[in-house]
Amino acid sequence: MTFVSSPAVAEEVVQDTWIGVLEGIGRFEGRSSLKTWIFRILTNQAKTRGVRERRSTPFSPLGHSTEEPEVPAVDPARFHTSGYWVDHWNALPRYWDDETPERLFLSKEGLAQIEKAIGALPPTQRQVITLRDVEGLTAVEVCNILSIGETNQRVLLHRARSHVRRALEKYFEEGDLQ
Amino acid sequence: MTHDNLKNRMIDYLAGQLTCKAVTEAITDYLEGNLGFVDRIRFQMHLGCCRGCRRYLRQVRLMLRTFSTLPTEPIPPAVRDELLQRFRTWKARSQT
Repeated sequence: MTFVSSPAVAEEVVQDTWIGVLEGIGRFEGRSSLKTWIFRILTNQAKTRGVRERRSTPFSPLGHSTEEPEVPAVDPARFHTSGYWVDHWNALPRYWDDETPERLFLSKEGLAQIEKAIGALPPTQRQVITLRDVEGLTAVEVCNILSIGETNQRVLLHRARSHVRRALEKYFEEGDLQ
Repeated sequence: MTHDNLKNRMIDYLAGQLTCKAVTEAITDYLEGNLGFVDRIRFQMHLGCCRGCRRYLRQVRLMLRTFSTLPTEPIPPAVRDELLQRFRTWKARSQT
C-alpha cells in the first residue's frame, strides 16, 4: 500500500487487518460490500501505522490533494498551438488494436510497465486508480474508504488515468514500432 | 468564403465547438457519467467527427480493460501461514 514505508510494515498491517476483520465481522452490517468494509479496516490500520512511523503521511486528512499542480491530460505539444486548429490534435494518437491489453500483460515487460506507471503516481492518485480500476470498486466506495469527496475522487482518477495512459503510450511508441 | 473555411465551420458546428484538448480533459467525467445532457451530446458529436479523439477514447478504454483483468499477486506462503497461525490463536483465545 501507499501509507507505510516498507513491505515488512505493510505485511504487519495486513496481519492486523486480518485480526480486525475477525473481531469486527460480528458488527458488519452489510451496509457496504464486504470488500469495501475490509478495505476500510485496512486503510485505517495503514494510516495509524503510517502516523506511528512518524513519517510524514502522504494522506491529507481533509481529502484535498495538494500534492501535485495541475498537469494536462495530454502533452500540450500534441496539439496545434496556434491558428485555426488550436488545441486540436496535430498528429493523431496511435491506434491501439484489440490485442493491446493482451500484448501488455502477456509479456512480463508489459506488466512491469503498468506497475511502474502506477507506482510512479503520487500516493492518493495511486490509491484511487488501484481501488477503482484494478480492484473494480465504485466511486462511492472509494470516497468512503479514503474519506475523500466525490469531486476530489474524480479529479484524482482523471489525473491518474491520464498519467498512466501517457506512460503506456510512450512505452508503445518506443518499444514496438512494428 | 473559401471552401476550406466553410468546411472548417461545418466541422466546428458538428463538433459542438469543443477542442480536442477539452475532450481529453473531460474524458473521465464522460466515462463516469458525470456530464450533463448537453455536454454529453457535444462530447459525442465531437467524437463523431474527430478520429483523433475516438482513438484517444479507445486507448483509455483498452487501458481500463487491461487494468480490470490484471492478475492478482498470490499471497506468499510465509504470509499465508502467519495469517492462519494468527487465526488459530485468535480462535483459541475467543473460545476461552
